[in-house]
Amino acid sequence: MITRKVRKWEKLPGKNTFCCDGRVMMARQKGVFYLTLFLIIGTCSLFFAFECPYLAVHLSPAIPVFAAVLFLFVMAMLLRTSFSDPGVLPRALPDEATFIEMEIEAANGNVPPGQRAPPRIRNVQINSQIVKLKYCYTCKIFRPPRASHCSICDNCVDRFDHHCPWVGNCVGKRNYRYFYMFTLSLSLLTIYIFTFNIVHVAMRSVVSGFLNTLKDTPGTYPFLCLIFLQKDTPLLVCFFTLWSVVGLTGFHTYLISLNQTTNEDIKGSWSGKNRIQNPYSHKNIIKNCCEVLCGPTYPSVLDRRGLMQEDLVALAALPSTNSDTTPQTTKTTAPLIPNEHTPDEAKSIADSAAEKSSSPKEEQPPSAKLPPLASPETDAETSIAKDKPH
Amino acid sequence: MATEFHNLQELRHSASLANKVFVQRDYSEGTTCKFQTKFPTELETRIERSLFEDTVKTLNNYYAEAEKIGGQSYLEGCLACATAYLIFLCMETRYEKVLKKIAKYIQEQNEKIYAPRGLLITDPIERGMRVIEISIYEDRGSSGSSSSSSSVSGSTTR
Repeated sequence: MITRKVRKWEKLPGKNTFCCDGRVMMARQKGVFYLTLFLIIGTCSLFFAFECPYLAVHLSPAIPVFAAVLFLFVMAMLLRTSFSDPGVLPRALPDEATFIEMEIEAANGNVPPGQRAPPRIRNVQINSQIVKLKYCYTCKIFRPPRASHCSICDNCVDRFDHHCPWVGNCVGKRNYRYFYMFTLSLSLLTIYIFTFNIVHVAMRSVVSGFLNTLKDTPGTYPFLCLIFLQKDTPLLVCFFTLWSVVGLTGFHTYLISLNQTTNEDIKGSWSGKNRIQNPYSHKNIIKNCCEVLCGPTYPSVLDRRGLMQEDLVALAALPSTNSDTTPQTTKTTAPLIPNEHTPDEAKSIADSAAEKSSSPKEEQPPSAKLPPLASPETDAETSIAKDKPH
Repeated sequence: MATEFHNLQELRHSASLANKVFVQRDYSEGTTCKFQTKFPTELETRIERSLFEDTVKTLNNYYAEAEKIGGQSYLEGCLACATAYLIFLCMETRYEKVLKKIAKYIQEQNEKIYAPRGLLITDPIERGMRVIEISIYEDRGSSGSSSSSSSVSGSTTR
């Protein structure tokens, strides 16, 4: 049998793209992310090229220096958010999936044929509140509390906040603080650039008149076009363009102070009279902020750069031996993710446990095959929340 | 014990996988990493309850130490933020240090306690921190039933 060593990221299910041999992980659609990069780098280049020489000489050299530091911080946060693993939960291996199915079967008892099986929900008590854990038909796990399945990336993400097309990645437990620092620093940078843009134009106008200033400063054209669209209220226009970034920062500050995610806020999980209160909040704004922003840095549980064996001969003639004819959830509109990797993975893990001779046994399910499940997730509102771009 | 294995190597080469037990997460205190200490019925004939509970409790303590929110984690967080998180390129986070300790502990437990009883614990990080997977092995020379571990009593001849 011919085998070759591959990195695990090459065989991961889900719709992510990987770069730098598995070190970088992003969503598939990256167009809007490139637009974000272009807007930030473009605006800052204009600022540095046309405004900074004047400001450095006439006001202070600290102005471009601070702008440069802020710009580098924004870029670092953006790249960190976009390239890191948001907290993807790996899918259950066949053994674990079968074990869970057996537990569900035992809990549900005998369902008469023709009747729909009850929805797969597990109730857990968290800080004396009952929270329902839903079963993910794609990943074959009961989702931990606060986890959610992203239909765009086709992964369950821990502490799922939202999928952000602007950064080209999901925002979850592992990269939420970088995302927040990105929006915060970008707000500061935008305000900083706009302020000094106005200062620059004002100072030059005092010296040489307003129209001459416009001729001499081509870098201000993009900004001033916006101002001249509304003759009497330039500040209002600036506020409007800033609103999107500053408003977003404000919204996330509000969420952090309550220890909520965007997903929970949209679904209204903790609001309303009949709903339970947020069991994760410490009821103290400072404690909540500290936990979210200064909490421990969680490691990635998705092994991307580990090595595994791939059977080249077995791949060619791979039947779908697992019972995965289950229809996928309503969350994904893409075709069924082919599961032909799963027998490979099961085999490789068997190999790594040095149980080569037992791998044929492992591929046999220990109990009788369960009929494919016919009741997908009925939570339509969650799928809407996933598809809503932020 | 009916099945005796002197070390992990022997376990892997001379035994066959019979069953797997999955110890689930305990969410009663929130989303911090903690595993249930409930003793699985499949292990009743294989290992003493107290040994199993000790292992899970020690693991829970390790994870609690890693996820503790206190002075050290704030310091680490603020310092990292000030350096735009570039410091993580050269420094290991506290969580990663504890994970290494956990890996060593599990290896030690496997060698000393679980392998001699024909069991093997898988590090939870390899299963997405969702479960502690305990593999139950049977001596290959015994009667070849592979579906349940209750046949251990029958495997006296080797």
